[in-house]
Amino acid sequence: MSKIKLTKVPFKGTAEQEAQLMEKLAVCKNMKGGLMPALQSAQEIYGYLPIEVQRIIAKEMGVSLEEVFGVATFYSQFTLNPQGKYQISICMGTACYVKGAGELVDKCKEILKIDAGECTEDGKFSLVATRCIGCCGLAPVATINEHVYGKLAVSQIPDILKNYQ
Amino acid sequence: MFRNHVLICGGTGCTSGDSPKIRELFEKKIKEAGLENDVKVIMTGCFGLCACGPVVVVYPEGSFYSQIKPENVDEIVNEHIIKGRIVSHLLYKDPEIKAQETVTSLNETNFYKKQSRVVLRNCGVIDPENIDEYIAYDGYQALYKVLTEYDPQQVIDIIKQSGLRGRGGAGFPTGLKWQFAKNAVGDIKYVCCNADEGDPGAFMDRSVLEGDPHTVIEAMAIAAYAIGSKQGYVYVRAEYPIAVNRLSIAINQAKEYGLLGNNIFGTDFSFDLEIRLGSGAFVCGEETALMTSIEGNRGEPRPRPPFPANKGLFGKPTILNNVETYANIPQIILKGPEWFASIGTEKSKGTKVFALGGKITNTGLVEIPMGTTLRTIVEEIGGGIPGGKKFKAAQTGGPSGGCIPAEHLDIPIDYENLIAIGSMMGSGGLIVMDEDNCMVDIAKFFLEFTQDESCGKCTPCRIGTKRLLEYLEKIIEGRATLKDIDDMEKLCYYIKDNALCGLGQTAPNPVLSTLRYFRDEYIAHVTQKKCPAGVCKSLLTYKITDACKGCTLCARQCPVGAISGKVKEKHVIDTDKCTKCGVCMSVCKFKAVIKE
Repeated sequence: MSKIKLTKVPFKGTAEQEAQLMEKLAVCKNMKGGLMPALQSAQEIYGYLPIEVQRIIAKEMGVSLEEVFGVATFYSQFTLNPQGKYQISICMGTACYVKGAGELVDKCKEILKIDAGECTEDGKFSLVATRCIGCCGLAPVATINEHVYGKLAVSQIPDILKNYQ
Repeated sequence: MFRNHVLICGGTGCTSGDSPKIRELFEKKIKEAGLENDVKVIMTGCFGLCACGPVVVVYPEGSFYSQIKPENVDEIVNEHIIKGRIVSHLLYKDPEIKAQETVTSLNETNFYKKQSRVVLRNCGVIDPENIDEYIAYDGYQALYKVLTEYDPQQVIDIIKQSGLRGRGGAGFPTGLKWQFAKNAVGDIKYVCCNADEGDPGAFMDRSVLEGDPHTVIEAMAIAAYAIGSKQGYVYVRAEYPIAVNRLSIAINQAKEYGLLGNNIFGTDFSFDLEIRLGSGAFVCGEETALMTSIEGNRGEPRPRPPFPANKGLFGKPTILNNVETYANIPQIILKGPEWFASIGTEKSKGTKVFALGGKITNTGLVEIPMGTTLRTIVEEIGGGIPGGKKFKAAQTGGPSGGCIPAEHLDIPIDYENLIAIGSMMGSGGLIVMDEDNCMVDIAKFFLEFTQDESCGKCTPCRIGTKRLLEYLEKIIEGRATLKDIDDMEKLCYYIKDNALCGLGQTAPNPVLSTLRYFRDEYIAHVTQKKCPAGVCKSLLTYKITDACKGCTLCARQCPVGAISGKVKEKHVIDTDKCTKCGVCMSVCKFKAVIKE
């Protein structure tokens, strides 16, 4: 599992978000094995899983914070750090890799001056080298939020990023 | 009655190519022409030929339009649908069929001709969000037959006779697995479906869920009846939003129709199904880890025995099969075990779906009878390697599998043969590599993956894969000795023998199989400090040949100023300054920059 980097960004959860979370937790509490669905809902609401949110989940689900933290850090989809407004995910599945996905990551790192797994200072872009998203026919593939870019060439990266600036 | 059907692929590949917008436009234009009662537009699952997406097929002619853009919709509606004239310039062009310029029907193409679709039978045929279409294609008839004509043991006997083996990895006989779970004592039993397709480069399970979700629901209900279970779970990757969505729709429709829930078909059999989302952990494809994850814990595997058939999910007897395995079940019940057993080889029955990817013309999903040769898949169905490059190896089985070199292209594909040549069936990813791929680099790619995904529970995997990766990095950077290669090989066998679960035990396979067939490539990295394929950056040097015209373009583009030379004179690269970014090579108009 990858290294755990804790965020320094202060927690800015709203009362409205907490109410939403409580609603979901009420359902998950009565589910067999409800901790994963609870964390998935929390991430949907807050965009990430700050320690403050994990504390609420632990209390409501009746498990220790250690257990919640253990599960949250085990799975790569859960993130303890806030994500950029635009999430750039570059697929590092085999099909994409043999078609040069590694170079796409390098180019993004170079332009955004961040490492994979990080967010730019202005909070605009975050970059992840993601697991196979199953669009192997379009390799190499990147997604920015919901939009999928297929059959990418390194030379297209600067223009694509400019569109989001 | 509709006079035309317009089928638009709604698989993940084509969806990213704008197929939902294409569907909207078709519906709009057809309505404008006042033909909404004559022409039906349907969004289907994956057609398989993802390389040519987005795909649109118009029936009754079966015209196979490929790489359709929203702006082509007008022409297809005006010409084909209104005037009945097929738009030939938009039809799929099969490179093999030279006599005629275009092909009209799917089955005439080389890509489909050699395939035999059992698992994918409904993908690209029906609307996956409409249960009536599934029912019209014999859907839920197998469940009806089972519930009204067979007792549970007869169902298991049929599956045993068919010879069906698990499609997720090791190929364990499915009927036997069900038998163990049936024999297990317990009042509560579970049926699980593994849709956590973690193998990078494989997407058949996703395509079945996207294109034909009801077949999985039906099969799981049949399995539940056979072992005496009332509750099922489908564990799906969260990376597959379209699949999750269509499966939820399908489950709700099945509940509405009384095909899930209490007293199905008026019998005393009841069965319910729940979706659980994975959260991106490769190890959760391992059966014990998957169950631990459904229980809401860190998805770590545990030692077996006890096997899940006796002590599985929540400590109860459980069966777990993957999506592709389940997709075979309704057909086996309806057509009989003899029919299924007549397809394939002696020990591997039926078909196998492969996800063709990498350096191949027709990337996409193919379903072939077991025993088809790799050559048929790569050269005939796959249309060979683009750009006139030479085939180097095909990788099957993902991070647990191995590379198959050109000398084994004619081996019939089945479980035993693939193991014998040092690879494995795995879930069916098939990545083709050409002469530009470095096999040491590929081994490192897979090791990075397994090392990152190692859950850390057992030492051989947690530390062993890390050390393996370090050996590979040493080789790639030109710091290794020949002894390192031997030590690395020994470590591989140590991990294989000692790791706790399938992920760890198979993690060294990519290294072992590339060592077996491409040892000289490893040796070249070590002794000559060269990467024969020109991939490993540390071992490359860029050079300018006499073809240089002195245009100065490379010198101006070089980010570190490593290139010097006068106008109209040959330029030189300062190898100490060069960062090997390759910009000079990509900008040179005279192909004067080479890498060695």
